[in-house]
Amino acid sequence: MLAFTLRRAFQAIGVMFAVGIIAFSMFRFAGDPVSQIVSIDTPPAERAAVRKSLGLDDPVVVQFARYFGNAVQFKFGMSYQFRQPVANLLMERMPATLELATVATIISMVFGILMGVYTALKRDTWLAKLFQMVSLIGISLPTFLIGILLIYLFAVTLGWLPSFGRGEVVKIGWWSTGLLTVSGLKAIIMPAITLGLFQMTLIMRLVRAEMLEVLRTDYIRFARARGLTTRAIHFGHALKNTLVPVITVAGLQFGTVIAFSIITETVFQWPGMGLMFVQAIQNVDIPIMAAYLLTVSLIFVTINLVVDILYTVVDPRLRSTVSRPH
Amino acid sequence: MSVRQVLRAATVVASLAFVAPASAQTLRYANQGVLNSLDPYTLNESTTHAHLGHVYEGLIARDQDLKIVPGLAESWETPEPTRWRFHLRKGVKFHDGTPFTADDVVFSADRIRKPGSNLQTRIAADVKVVKVDDHTVDFILTSPNPILNSQWDTWYIVSKKWAEANNVVDPTPAAATTPSYASLHENGTGPFMIESHQPGVKTVFKANPNWWRKPEHNLKEIIFTPISSDATRVAALLSGEVDVIEPVPLQDIARVDSSPNAQVLKGPEIRTIFLGMDQIRDELLYSNIKGKNPFKDVRVREAFYRAIDVEAIKSRVMRGLSTPSALMIAPQLYKLHGEFKRAKYDPDAAKKLLADAGYADGFEVTMDCPNDRYVNDAAICQAVVGMLARIGVKVNLLAQPKAQYFAKVLNTGGYQTSFYLLGWTPGTSDAHNVLYEIMGCRNDPKSSRGQANLGGYCNKTLDEVAAKVLVETDTAKRDQLIKQGFEIEQKDFGYIPLHQQALAWGVSKKVKLRQRADNQVLLYWASKQD
Repeated sequence: MLAFTLRRAFQAIGVMFAVGIIAFSMFRFAGDPVSQIVSIDTPPAERAAVRKSLGLDDPVVVQFARYFGNAVQFKFGMSYQFRQPVANLLMERMPATLELATVATIISMVFGILMGVYTALKRDTWLAKLFQMVSLIGISLPTFLIGILLIYLFAVTLGWLPSFGRGEVVKIGWWSTGLLTVSGLKAIIMPAITLGLFQMTLIMRLVRAEMLEVLRTDYIRFARARGLTTRAIHFGHALKNTLVPVITVAGLQFGTVIAFSIITETVFQWPGMGLMFVQAIQNVDIPIMAAYLLTVSLIFVTINLVVDILYTVVDPRLRSTVSRPH
Repeated sequence: MSVRQVLRAATVVASLAFVAPASAQTLRYANQGVLNSLDPYTLNESTTHAHLGHVYEGLIARDQDLKIVPGLAESWETPEPTRWRFHLRKGVKFHDGTPFTADDVVFSADRIRKPGSNLQTRIAADVKVVKVDDHTVDFILTSPNPILNSQWDTWYIVSKKWAEANNVVDPTPAAATTPSYASLHENGTGPFMIESHQPGVKTVFKANPNWWRKPEHNLKEIIFTPISSDATRVAALLSGEVDVIEPVPLQDIARVDSSPNAQVLKGPEIRTIFLGMDQIRDELLYSNIKGKNPFKDVRVREAFYRAIDVEAIKSRVMRGLSTPSALMIAPQLYKLHGEFKRAKYDPDAAKKLLADAGYADGFEVTMDCPNDRYVNDAAICQAVVGMLARIGVKVNLLAQPKAQYFAKVLNTGGYQTSFYLLGWTPGTSDAHNVLYEIMGCRNDPKSSRGQANLGGYCNKTLDEVAAKVLVETDTAKRDQLIKQGFEIEQKDFGYIPLHQQALAWGVSKKVKLRQRADNQVLLYWASKQD
């Protein structure tokens, strides 16, 4: 078990290293940070001084070594545009993104499972057909379009929900939360739905398919023959067995939700990491871009690692094959 | 006291009560760009200057028509052409309560010229700043400069004591390795104080109760949020969540105007959008003509000029919101602008000119264009491509985000362009800046002349005229000299000016606000109803 975990951890480090290299090589095509820092009529000598002070004059190898040496110590340097340590900025923005991703995942799980069960059990009702249609929309419409449509409906036309931002936030230690104020809760509804819609349709379709599959199995038939109530069969036996793959998928998708939040955050001006990343790209703020990419890949890698380890805990067959030679 | 007098007095009292400002308001403002460092010397950019202009002030100020008016200096005079004397306002206090004195001016003059400042050109390095007494400062120049103070509305005065106490004597440089106190805190003399600043998220300004001037606004606070997505920014205005937005995208102007609670303030901006051509290389970098440079021939440049229909660009691309320009400077910034006319749009003549120059079948050239910098920049370039195709010139358009575009075409990128679109606002609000930076020859590596002259247009006579403009103190004579300079360039077809783009601010109907042509949103002139 330990050996397995270690091996997976090493793989994870390898992935991080690869992401680091790819990210670094990309930055060379992102544009010139200096022209974003200074104004257009800044004299060349002054520009050269800025370039030098940012270390952009050093050979590529030196720049890469410096970047990587700092990154492994979680030192991401100073943001070019904010003149603040990148680590602080990330910590400041992370709660917003994580809250949004969590609420989106919860919404997508709850509604996805409910709709999936309903469409599986009552296949031919008009409501089930409506759900199927909604899921088609969720899969086919791009996120930003859904976001803008929601804004025009609920913020401009009806005036129920705010069109941008996070509302009022409350500080709990270094964590800032919008979930404890009315305006914060109102503000999270539309971004969370926008972000979670794709996951919701995915989960709904998954639950529906699994449910239909399970309902055909022998033990469900035996349960029926024994005279158990439909309710107990559907929710006590069928749904429970459906949920194992659903939870796996939702867990793995959490990383994707965080990464996808870039678009949602831009549309709703949600002050999270994704929005900061987009602003960083526009301003060629390399320290922020590097830190964001590494953080997101760290989240991905960690989730995968945890899921891998959980698998072996849940399923002993896996553990014996990987850790002990026969 | 007669009855009439009593009545009159009563009316006066009543009307006074009526015009007394309503309860103080909160104004919410969204811009597409973010406010990063609060250090006023970190970035020379007009939106940042506008934000910081709410908390900091300069020796001079510019009014709503961009006219120079007294700011922290009550008055000034030039006893000799090389000495300017500024009389400072008495009784002004910084936000922390320290009185404003000549020491702060001398300190700020030093600080703005230190390495790490992005505004070093505000005061030339050889200008000596001398404190005469607590409220008088002399600026001693090595040669006369009639526009010495023209950019000083954004040379914001920083408190010496505060800077020393907080270890921010040096400006926050672009490549700071430690966070600077001045990038998150302010201590100005202006009408507002910054209560909280979360870069890229939200900045809260509170009205300064001790401001030396009588406020023209009725605000108690301004909440600034950057909203980068165009659709969201417009939606926030339409739903009433914000009161002022800048800019309104052209395609949304009609919708905002037809909404019940907001409207668009439109007006010409002082930025001039133009096309430039590489006239310095012996062979163009990006063209199928080898061994020579067609743009060195004035007939080719004239042909390009005459092939471009600025009226069509105005009506089709800019939806009517641009002012075609005959000059490389906006009418607001140069009095004799009206005496200039654009060379007529005439594709047939253009074709003939090309044929005379030996390019009867046209040629190919690549055009560099930003696509996220100016209003509809890439669309303008596409229109230009179409217009030049009519005279047989095949233009390959390379439209890129500004980060990549500027890295390629500017001085630091080695001027790698053959044909490009650029916008320019003279930082000094004065024509000399255009004659020197855009039209000056690039041949002297030691001077900064022509550093924004990406195509290397050069006419030595023009440089001589520009040098005279710099030191001429008689306004009428100076205007004539400037005219001479622009005439030389116009005859050479050195550039193809297109237009001044329009400003478009979205303003709630509850808010009264006047637009200034330099696109600085200054909310200390705003008033808001309940």
